[in-house]
Amino acid sequence: MDLYLLSPEISLLATALAVILLDLFVKEKWILGWVSVTGVIVSAIFALSLWGRVETSFGGALAVDQFSIFFSLLFLGIAALILISSTEYSRKFAAFRAEYYALVLLATTGMMLLASTRELISIFVALELTGISLYVLAGFLKDAKSSEAGLKYLLLGAVASAVLLYGMALVYGLTGTTYLDEIAAAISSQGILGSPALLMGIVLLVAGFGFKIAAVPFQMWVPDVYEGAPTPVTAYLSVASKAAGFAVILRIFYEALGPASLDWGMIFAVLAAITMTIGNIVALTQKNIKRMLAYSSIAQAGYIMIGLAAFTAEASSAIMFFLACYALTNLGAFIAIIAISNKINSDEIADYSGMVRRAPLFALALALCLISLTGIPPTAGFMAKIYIFSAGVNADLLWLVIIAVINSVISAYYYLRVVRVMFLGEPLSEERVHASSGLRIALAITCLGVLLLGIYPWILMKYSEIAAITFLP
Amino acid sequence: MGMDIAFWILAVVSVASALAVVLTRDLFRAALFLVLCFFTVAGIYATLSADFLAGAQVLIYVGAIGVFIIFAIMLTRDSRQGSPSGRLRLPALFIGFLFLATMIFALVNTDWNVVAEVPTESTTSAIAHAIFSEDGFVLAFEIAAALMLAAIIGAIVLVRDK
Repeated sequence: MDLYLLSPEISLLATALAVILLDLFVKEKWILGWVSVTGVIVSAIFALSLWGRVETSFGGALAVDQFSIFFSLLFLGIAALILISSTEYSRKFAAFRAEYYALVLLATTGMMLLASTRELISIFVALELTGISLYVLAGFLKDAKSSEAGLKYLLLGAVASAVLLYGMALVYGLTGTTYLDEIAAAISSQGILGSPALLMGIVLLVAGFGFKIAAVPFQMWVPDVYEGAPTPVTAYLSVASKAAGFAVILRIFYEALGPASLDWGMIFAVLAAITMTIGNIVALTQKNIKRMLAYSSIAQAGYIMIGLAAFTAEASSAIMFFLACYALTNLGAFIAIIAISNKINSDEIADYSGMVRRAPLFALALALCLISLTGIPPTAGFMAKIYIFSAGVNADLLWLVIIAVINSVISAYYYLRVVRVMFLGEPLSEERVHASSGLRIALAITCLGVLLLGIYPWILMKYSEIAAITFLP
Repeated sequence: MGMDIAFWILAVVSVASALAVVLTRDLFRAALFLVLCFFTVAGIYATLSADFLAGAQVLIYVGAIGVFIIFAIMLTRDSRQGSPSGRLRLPALFIGFLFLATMIFALVNTDWNVVAEVPTESTTSAIAHAIFSEDGFVLAFEIAAALMLAAIIGAIVLVRDK
């Protein structure tokens, strides 16, 4: 048992504890946010030092490979940006700043474990660690909408967990093991079509994880939770929680259920088509920008699921690249929204009218991120879509890619409508919008990332390719 | 034979009490039926020779969780009215039965791995070994500790005034 393999998670957990303890002694609470960011950076250094090692520990329950480190670094990057952009927002719950930072760190620990555990019970406990932290974070503002968001997320999340557990229990009952590699061996020896209960177990697993990535028909919690939750938490949910869901789906379905691939590739293809279509069509009529981005995140999950349906090494590399690009883009959009709505106290798209004259930099950044979400060059979103669509075409899923392209055209309408309102509308007041340095730094990082990955995608692509061959050579 | 009779009595009572939890309007009675349901599930564990699990079920679910739920109901007003019936009652019923039918079909048509003999030795030390040994579930156990920490912090945040 090599504890060093667990050092990124342990150091992050230690930071969460340190933040809570420091809260008792420190008068200047702004220090806590920067202590958390430091902890995230330390954890990232540990994770980087593990790059290149392919080892398992805890009797095979913990795997450290390029796949888990890629995702760990992605989660840590997202967490760092969220923590930096929360420094000003957190005055809305000033009494609970330390708890807020600690819960963000604990949720990140859970997600990192999700990407690196390969045993069903550990996966489930890590999922709950992420879930419980996020339920509380969603209800953090304690006003009517935020409480509703927290309660809805908790109830529906509990149902999804129950469904997932049922599926895991069936898989365990028929294979006699909870370790993914042994499940793979059992399935390839006994086949899957002979036992309907095993098939049912896999369907329940898809349903349970479908909730986490917000795929239709398990998406009903998304708009209300995204609207009610504090905006940094919404940003965190929309990128990190989704990426964690995809990480665990990739690991379970590629590693454990790989021998039965033909049976579930089609489920994901159909779910992908429905998910992107419903997400985009409902997004067309939204007037609140957080709700619009909620439906947009559902649609984006649909595009990513093309990669799950394709089931090739290229496709899983495309999924990871897409998740990283989507994380940068969506975080950028949400950080701009945090900055703007901090001042105008509204999330209605109509109130963004003429924003380019009140906050030129934020409006430009938001426009860049929306263009990237649409998938127009030279942005990261364009490269991500090209990559995942070509992976789909190479896997004979041309029909699905055509649906996705039509959907991208539909999505341009509602993304660019916001840009039009900001650039061509009349400003509602002459007051300028200013924001803290934390928000400016975070926004600058995301926008530079979006442009950089749009022009030089291979600086990230070569790592996602290395990470993808963990499962499929 | 005796085990079979015990199993069927426990099974029927547990399903009936679970239905009663859902159908009873009075929240307090529903909670009592839930406790009964927990008890019968513990009985089923016992018939399956899972002695430690049966004990844990009684201690944790019947004892701790049952008492907590009843406390929570007694501290809440209007417990007699229960939850109002929603418009989605019929669709929910339909989906529920569809799921039930699919599950029964799947479970009946599957060859389950069955052991020929009933194990007789106590399971407690085997469970301890499975949880705490180096190649067991110690990682899951440690993550569960972090999960408890998150739950406690969350509870404090939600309960305390702003």
